[in-house]
Amino acid sequence: MGVEWSSAPASRSARQGGWWTTRRRSRQLMGLLYVAPTVIFVAVFFIAPLVLVANMSASHWTLLGGNKGLNLPDNYSAIQESSLFWPAVVFTIEYTVLATVMLIGLGLGLALLIQSGGVWKGFLRTAFLLPSAMGLASASLLFYGLYSNQIGPINPILETMRVTTSPIQFLEEPLSALWWTTFLIVWRFAGFYMLILLVGLQAIPRDVYESASIDGANRWDSFRFITIPLLRRSLALSLILCITGSMLAFDQFYILTQGGPDNSTVTIVELIYHYAFQSQNLGTAAALSVVLLGILLILNAIQFLSLRGAEEFR
Amino acid sequence: MRNPFRTSALAAIALVAVVGCASTTATPAPPTAPPATPPPGQTATPAPSTAAEPGVDDGTRITAWTRASTQSQAQMLVAAYNATHKNQVDMQIVPNDNMQTKVGAAAAAGSLPDIISGDVVFMPNWASQGLFTDITANIAALPYASTLVQGPIKASTVGGKQYGLPFIMDLSVWVYNKDLFTKAGLDPNKPPTTLAEYAADADAIQKLNIKDTYGTEIPGQCFGCEVFTWWPTIWADGGQVMNAEGTAATLNTDEAKKVYAIYQSLVKDTAPGDKSEAGATWVAGFQSGKVGIQPYPGSILNAIPASVNYGVAPIAGLTAGTQSTFIGGDAIGITSNSKHADQAWNFLAWTMSDYAQTEIVAKNLGIPVRSDLANNKYSAADPRVVIVNQVAAKGQTPLAKNFGAAFNDPAGPWGVLTRDVLYGGGATSSKLDAENAAITKVLAGS
Repeated sequence: MGVEWSSAPASRSARQGGWWTTRRRSRQLMGLLYVAPTVIFVAVFFIAPLVLVANMSASHWTLLGGNKGLNLPDNYSAIQESSLFWPAVVFTIEYTVLATVMLIGLGLGLALLIQSGGVWKGFLRTAFLLPSAMGLASASLLFYGLYSNQIGPINPILETMRVTTSPIQFLEEPLSALWWTTFLIVWRFAGFYMLILLVGLQAIPRDVYESASIDGANRWDSFRFITIPLLRRSLALSLILCITGSMLAFDQFYILTQGGPDNSTVTIVELIYHYAFQSQNLGTAAALSVVLLGILLILNAIQFLSLRGAEEFR
Repeated sequence: MRNPFRTSALAAIALVAVVGCASTTATPAPPTAPPATPPPGQTATPAPSTAAEPGVDDGTRITAWTRASTQSQAQMLVAAYNATHKNQVDMQIVPNDNMQTKVGAAAAAGSLPDIISGDVVFMPNWASQGLFTDITANIAALPYASTLVQGPIKASTVGGKQYGLPFIMDLSVWVYNKDLFTKAGLDPNKPPTTLAEYAADADAIQKLNIKDTYGTEIPGQCFGCEVFTWWPTIWADGGQVMNAEGTAATLNTDEAKKVYAIYQSLVKDTAPGDKSEAGATWVAGFQSGKVGIQPYPGSILNAIPASVNYGVAPIAGLTAGTQSTFIGGDAIGITSNSKHADQAWNFLAWTMSDYAQTEIVAKNLGIPVRSDLANNKYSAADPRVVIVNQVAAKGQTPLAKNFGAAFNDPAGPWGVLTRDVLYGGGATSSKLDAENAAITKVLAGS
């Protein structure tokens, strides 16, 4: 019908009487109606809980006893004084760096492998993506069984094949617990990041590579100067997802190590869980949630700003 | 309009994106609505009995939760009840580690089941928070009220009102593999009578150097297990682990240190994987005949297969002739938001009847909750059961409101102490006093 949605600012001279104004108002109303469901959802499922958690973090709120009134800033100082807080923050950051490097690195490698084609392309793609079909908690339980000293099959198999002479202790020491848990995460999520990067790779036109090789670029140069810059958006997405997801790590550590050995694998979300259900103190748990939210906001802001350069490329 | 479908499609996608953006690490989200727990006793207490059976049996479906570690006996009782009554009990098994969490979350949401059977050490906390219905009158109306084991009832008593009953008795004892004893040159009919002898027996079996077989078992990551099995030794010699109110810990006394020293010396006689054993499989080794002597829950003696020739001994103290046990297990109560209190009481009262306690519990090597049934035809037939029942008289149930947070919490202060004692500084660790103080801080609460 040719009617513009985006309204030019209605000048007084253009407003010619009742008929025109009503139509504009009804258009605005239609616009509001279309946005209304999303606004309601955001308000109910995002803003309201945020306000509630902020309120909870400022109150003395126990699990079984309920809200017992405001007590700002006791909850926040309680977190500060807790001996588990700073180790948890340090460990979560450590784990985030480790997981991100491995996941993005491996994801990129797998994507390049599949992109380069070959007979096994479809099979490999499916094989790498298959672990994504499993929920994280289920995958953690699976690995709990695999790593178990009592029922795990890995050690008996390795010993029968004479690869090792004594059983591998997967989760006994802090460092090995970290590495083997990260292994679980890499197995579970590498396919997912491979998919994101594969989509980005396939969007790069072939002739860019051809003209580069005509100009004498070798494989490493074309990777460094063509692939990486043109993959910026996919890499940005992967990075943001990976960092946020790793900062929120909980399932795998809760199921595999319960924060052990000796509280060396306690993450921030695990600490929140501990405050809420072991100490039965929802107030401190909410305070830590708010702190975590702040950390994530800062991290994501940094990432958005530094990776925004991709915009000018298109 | 240019393209209404496009716009609404975009809105729909945005909607789905917002909803679908739930975190990839979906945690069991605790409800944030303020809990509406009614004060204790607000809902109508179940009608005390007038008929042959207390309560009401009218074909209602009753929901119940129980712990994993006592599930076999619970399931037997439920099956027998369901077969003979119109009411049907729908019992859900909850892993031990999750019990506190699940109950806490459900309490906050007002969605507790009709009946909860939980670890007796959590009862002071739950009862004082108004989770259960007052059943003082109902208990008093039972003909055998005076013969019930008092520990769980005391644990569930708040302000003079009783909120729980004993459901499944669990006592800690020592079990030992008689065949391994014989192989090590020990007399299989003379179990150790002090903790030092226990350690010597474990050493002897370890020295046999049989592949995959170990002298003893110490679950390094199961702090509830250590409470269950170390404390009786301290009690046997007359010591205490907490003050009477349960608000201060005395776990750094000289007696305690002697106990810790012996357990520290036993770490070398355990499987390498024990250090990270969180309790799920801590008795599996003994049940496959691969452990010489270890502590064990008396309620699951029937889970030891016939292929293992085992003996039972009470947990001894440091001096000869002293014995004790941890009287644990499950206490059971009717929740305050239950709409079927009468029917739930019908089930509860039935589990304490002569038939249930003798034909279901005692017949399967369980421990009756009534002292008048402790010597029944089944217990007399198996001397191992007699040992367990007899030591019950010498045991204790420690009570503290913040028991779970202090002792069962995987990140809690008792865990820090036990791991320091076993794998760190040992019984003479300089951090012991600080660790005890940390336990006191949690017990004293906030």
